[in-house]
Amino acid sequence: MIGSLSGSLGRIGQVALFQLQLLKACGPALLRPRLVVHQVYNCGARSLVIIMLCGLFVGMVLGLQGYDLLARFGSESALGVAATLGLLKELGPVVTALLFAGRAGTALTSEIGLMRATDQLTAMQMMAVDPMRRVVAPRFLGGVIAMPLLAAVFNVIGIFGAQLVGVTLMGVDKGTFWSQMQNSVELRDVNEGVVKSLAFGVICSLLAVYEGFNTTPTAEGVGLATTRTVVVSSVMTLLVDYMLTAAFLKV
Amino acid sequence: MDVRNVHYGVGSRTIFDGVDIAVARGSVTAVMGPSGTGKTTLLRLITGQSTPNEGRVTVFGQNVASLSREALYALRRRMGMLFQNGALLTDIDVFENVAFPVRENARLPEPLLQRLVLMKLQAVGLRGATRLMPQELSGGMARRVALARAIVMDPEILIYDEPFVGLDPISMGVICRLIRQLNDALGITSIVVTHDVKEVGLIADHSYLLAGGKVVAQGSAAELEATQDPAVRQFMDGAADGPVPFHYPAGNYREQLLARGDLR
Repeated sequence: MIGSLSGSLGRIGQVALFQLQLLKACGPALLRPRLVVHQVYNCGARSLVIIMLCGLFVGMVLGLQGYDLLARFGSESALGVAATLGLLKELGPVVTALLFAGRAGTALTSEIGLMRATDQLTAMQMMAVDPMRRVVAPRFLGGVIAMPLLAAVFNVIGIFGAQLVGVTLMGVDKGTFWSQMQNSVELRDVNEGVVKSLAFGVICSLLAVYEGFNTTPTAEGVGLATTRTVVVSSVMTLLVDYMLTAAFLKV
Repeated sequence: MDVRNVHYGVGSRTIFDGVDIAVARGSVTAVMGPSGTGKTTLLRLITGQSTPNEGRVTVFGQNVASLSREALYALRRRMGMLFQNGALLTDIDVFENVAFPVRENARLPEPLLQRLVLMKLQAVGLRGATRLMPQELSGGMARRVALARAIVMDPEILIYDEPFVGLDPISMGVICRLIRQLNDALGITSIVVTHDVKEVGLIADHSYLLAGGKVVAQGSAAELEATQDPAVRQFMDGAADGPVPFHYPAGNYREQLLARGDLR
């Protein structure tokens, strides 16, 4: 018990130290925007289809469930608000982060892990190239930039899905759906979602590159690291989500 | 380059117990030894990836272990290294792989860079393969590309980590010839870590044989061939049993087979 506790404390320390090193490497990496843009494409654009698909389904489910719930109180007209707030503040950032960990995070981990396993990182060091700057930092930054953008896309598609089901299928008035939404959703709701998705972006990208960079250089090690990326990212996302929600509601 | 009285160990395991190796400028020096004697570790010490517990490694008159990060990177720009499997970057093609160190470390006009890369690829006979991806290369070709990459910055020292492992006789001959040719044509100092005795005989000016954390023999190929030391003889002749035993230490064979219960 104590052993595993000190073990996980040690790991947290290692991740923190890694983060410091990574931040130091981020400055030089930002000077080479082309590398970062390429990684935004890698993490972001390539996850787009799955994010849009899931956003649509989540929004449609919200439309159904929200309608069912609100109809019990005779307030179906609030469906637009309910769905939008649910998406902006919670489901958008969280589901996007979970999908991001599964799609982009694993790709980052296995890519960097394989580079470690095949000596590519050592080879770079021998060519006087710092892999932290050349490989890790651009991927981290790419993930951090891509994540809020993906969450935004998820939200838009989700709201569209909720509208699709609520208005066309369940018969909520289209005008009410949108005008109620405009009246009740405030900028701080949007901000909450953006802050969350940024935080999740940092968490998921950091864990993904950390696991990749510190892989045991074997086929098994890369597999394990990839699994750990998904598991730890997901757990951390949900944990931090609770903390951020509490902070925003000033509980 | 000079390795003086180096001691190195990981945990309780000693890998080097006072190793001395000197490499003369412009020569091809081979470091041989059975698997697990720390040949690759020696390269890590020379390139500053690890630090010796005792003793010092001097390259270009500088103590590698005492260098700052910047100085170490500056030192590495003067060295080239060929990895066991080539370690090519798998997401870019042959041309970009060779161009990589230049693009990262220097600012050359594109036309000049392209000509430089083509010249290095010509030297290893792969000028026609510029657009191939690393996955499309055979083992020997990958290693030649890696060699072109290692010499693209015109290093003064070239380090080869097991350059012959897993190659067919033709590729082996090619690599062998290239090591000697590049060394003489470019005036490079070469260090070859290997356990292929025959190939080393063809190219090395001076060889060191490591075993048990020490240098057990050194000299030219002919001198090593003439040694009578049993440890050296076993390595040179490839005998299965000798000072390096065939059996991993174990208890009494008969007793173990005749015991009851779980025999493991």
